[in-house]
Amino acid sequence: MRTSLGERVLDLVVSGFLWGFRVLIVAAILIGTIVTISAGKYTSEQWIDFVVFGITTGSIYALIALGYTMVYGILRMINFAHGDIFMTGAFGAYFLATWLNGTGFIDKNPLLGLLIPILFAMLVSASIAMLVERIAYRPLRGAPRLVPLISAIGASFFLEYAFRGFFGPGKYAYPPIKALEGSWNILGIGILKVQVIVTIAAFVMMALLYSIVMYTKMGKAMRAVSENKDTAALMGIDINRIIVSTFAIGAAMAGAAGVLYSIVYRQIDYFMGFTPGIKAFTAAVLGGIGNIPGAMVGGLVLGIFESVGPSLFLEGLGIPRPYQLKDVIAFTMLVMILLFRPSGILGERLTTKKA
Amino acid sequence: MKKENYLWSAIKTGLLGGAIAIFICLVGMVEIFSKRDVIEKTITLGQFVLLATSIVAGFVASRRTSSLLEQNKPVPNLISGLLAGLFPGIVIALLVIFGNQVNLRAVFLNASPALYDLLTFKKGVGNLWILPTAGAISGLVGAAYLLLPEILRRPINRGLIFVIFMALFSGLFRVVMINQGPGMEKTAKYLFGQTGLTMEGTFIFFFGVVTIAMLWNYQGKAIQSRVAGLPKGGQISLRVATYALIAYIALGLPQVSGPFIAQVIVTVTLFILMGLGLNITLGFAGLLDLGFVAFYAVGAYTVGLLTSYGPFGLQHISFWVAVPIAVLVSMAFGAVLGLPVLGVRGDYLAIATLGFGEIIRLLAGSDFLAPYFGGPQGIIGIQKPCLGILGEFLKVDVPRVCNGIELGKPQDIYYVAVASALFIAFVAWRLRGSRLGRAWMAIREDEDVAEALGINLIQTKLLAYMLGAAMAGLGGAIFATLIGSIFATSMQLIVSINVVSLIIVGGMGSIPGVIVGAIALIGLPELLREISEFRFLLYGATLIVMMLAKPEGLWPSQATLRELHHTDVTVETKA
Repeated sequence: MRTSLGERVLDLVVSGFLWGFRVLIVAAILIGTIVTISAGKYTSEQWIDFVVFGITTGSIYALIALGYTMVYGILRMINFAHGDIFMTGAFGAYFLATWLNGTGFIDKNPLLGLLIPILFAMLVSASIAMLVERIAYRPLRGAPRLVPLISAIGASFFLEYAFRGFFGPGKYAYPPIKALEGSWNILGIGILKVQVIVTIAAFVMMALLYSIVMYTKMGKAMRAVSENKDTAALMGIDINRIIVSTFAIGAAMAGAAGVLYSIVYRQIDYFMGFTPGIKAFTAAVLGGIGNIPGAMVGGLVLGIFESVGPSLFLEGLGIPRPYQLKDVIAFTMLVMILLFRPSGILGERLTTKKA
Repeated sequence: MKKENYLWSAIKTGLLGGAIAIFICLVGMVEIFSKRDVIEKTITLGQFVLLATSIVAGFVASRRTSSLLEQNKPVPNLISGLLAGLFPGIVIALLVIFGNQVNLRAVFLNASPALYDLLTFKKGVGNLWILPTAGAISGLVGAAYLLLPEILRRPINRGLIFVIFMALFSGLFRVVMINQGPGMEKTAKYLFGQTGLTMEGTFIFFFGVVTIAMLWNYQGKAIQSRVAGLPKGGQISLRVATYALIAYIALGLPQVSGPFIAQVIVTVTLFILMGLGLNITLGFAGLLDLGFVAFYAVGAYTVGLLTSYGPFGLQHISFWVAVPIAVLVSMAFGAVLGLPVLGVRGDYLAIATLGFGEIIRLLAGSDFLAPYFGGPQGIIGIQKPCLGILGEFLKVDVPRVCNGIELGKPQDIYYVAVASALFIAFVAWRLRGSRLGRAWMAIREDEDVAEALGINLIQTKLLAYMLGAAMAGLGGAIFATLIGSIFATSMQLIVSINVVSLIIVGGMGSIPGVIVGAIALIGLPELLREISEFRFLLYGATLIVMMLAKPEGLWPSQATLRELHHTDVTVETKA
């Protein structure tokens, strides 16, 4: 190929810049970590707390990320409204749980008091996601790539501000669950009950989803459709049904995640889906988009990084109140992953060209 | 395949209309829109919106009936229109009944007694029969509209749109006309009431427009052909006269309209400016940049730091020097942020750039950078531009008081914004046909093919990205000067979404489209408080509807039009 000198110089500058960028980030993380650890400000118990909290939020991210990854695997489309589907589930559960709490049901049956709102949230999220798919995505299948993405952004805003209109801009607090107050002593470490329960619930949901995808007929069909839509159709698979059920299952996971999130943070508002949505997308990319175990790994890695990172390396770099920059870590990770390994940690299948 | 029964299809349309009507009620539109009247003391905007649901349902059902029966038969058409209009009425009546039994307010904030009052036209629950009746009549109107001959339909259409437009803006027109003097005041009070049109005004506007449109129907062709028959010089001078008129109105409007409207016009102009910038990135090169606000912030903060007399101002240089610097800094940021991510595919790029926007906002507002950027307090005391003798422009240390003419009012900044927008429009227009512009469009269509044709992807994309960033920076810089202060909290994703939406509504890649989009999406909500409450809800709906129905936008460029409608491009052979 004929390239002029100017172009070769430009290429050199570009790749030099990119390498410099990578080295800079890695160096910053290393230096920060070393400084923090040598300063010895935090005890090992505090570090464990950070990690446990990271696993809790990470498992919630993972749960949301599953929806992104499944839809992407089948339609090659970023469901931008997925974060808001998560929000709708949280709202649904809030109203049911508040009502149940008023009747004293949650105090009497803590397990059912947790499960029923989760199931209801899954139902709400799945129905709204199916509606969104029917109205905003299905007619656009096969359109140029940006068209469904823009429609998804529209759906996201529509959901957010419709809920703002319905329920107002204020914040709602999920009713307190007495059984989840306090902490358990596990291997000599005190861990908050909420965190344990939420993490367990998230893992149960993930296991459930994984077995649906791997061991049921519908899961098999889903995998076939994500492999090749046309061939799957020739094998007698109803593509539309599979796509709708993928949306519904992914949304149900997001709805459950919405309840878990509001149990941990006790705050529900119309905009709550935005940041977790982006982070879950980051988790999906991190693990390798289209890859279900990848989403789980990605979520956990992101959660732990985000929880440990501010104290581990940002503080070492002399940044005051590093927790303000918690979200910056997540967004930077997204950019870094796209730069270092666009196929993600576990993703081998999708190169940038095919994806 | 057996054809659907038209009655069943009409009922389905009606139920869909009912669902939409319920949504409109519960989301709070009816209540807020009811603060404004369409016709004073007769019908509020909220009620009008609900009736419009029935009218549209009737129209749609009637059209479906026609296509199912494969002809326009008045009786089945009217019946299905009636049915389709009836259902929204019934559904709302049920809502009122249900709402009076159960306290819906525990969940839906807007399901209040005030809403039920509005829905029953303040007549109480006993008179609920009004609702289905009104719905059915509206449905009939919608169906009847379809049956009208084409020659009547268009004038009536125009008349209705004009009346609604006048009703929405009646407050503005009233104030402007009353300010003109006592003679106008009388006319104004005759046509416009306190909150909407008067009955007389409605009739005058409606029949006036219908008459004009009818006349145009008969005479329009003749006028058009006479214009086309003019000699070339005549045509050119006609066109020049039109442009001159537009320019006169555009430049003169802020001077006569008062400060509030002037502020709105400046905002619209700034969004046009940024829209033109993003149009290069998104419309020409097809890169969806959701982090536009990042560069907007960079531009704003650069100007702030360079010109502010507040605690964080580093220098006090002239606005005219600070703005080019801000543009260059934004461009450099565009390069630095663009390089790592431009290699990835389109929809990843959207999310990655969105991440940038958030990173910049979080950093600017954090305590970490607060000693430099003011953190949550922001930067205040930004200097207004000063016009003076030549030396004034290049001063490194401008005095606090301007020696020449200070461009302090929004009206003054407006001219700066217009000049910048014109410059950008010119740049964009020249770039589009250039080698670079064609390379961008090739990339937009197919990256792999473009690369195979020898286009350097990274370089070409980076240029588009940097130009977009530069113009966002320019927009931010002027905006910071207009407001006089910058806060990190105003650098929200919403700004990016605003710009993306206006491009998409106007038509990707189309320069006049950006102007139309900015007026529709930024201007209207700013002028109408009632609508601004539901601004983003309507944005969301607009984005979806545009993608479904008109992905090329309201004012598309020719190329996108051809591409999206898959019509064969006729190859013109040279004769």
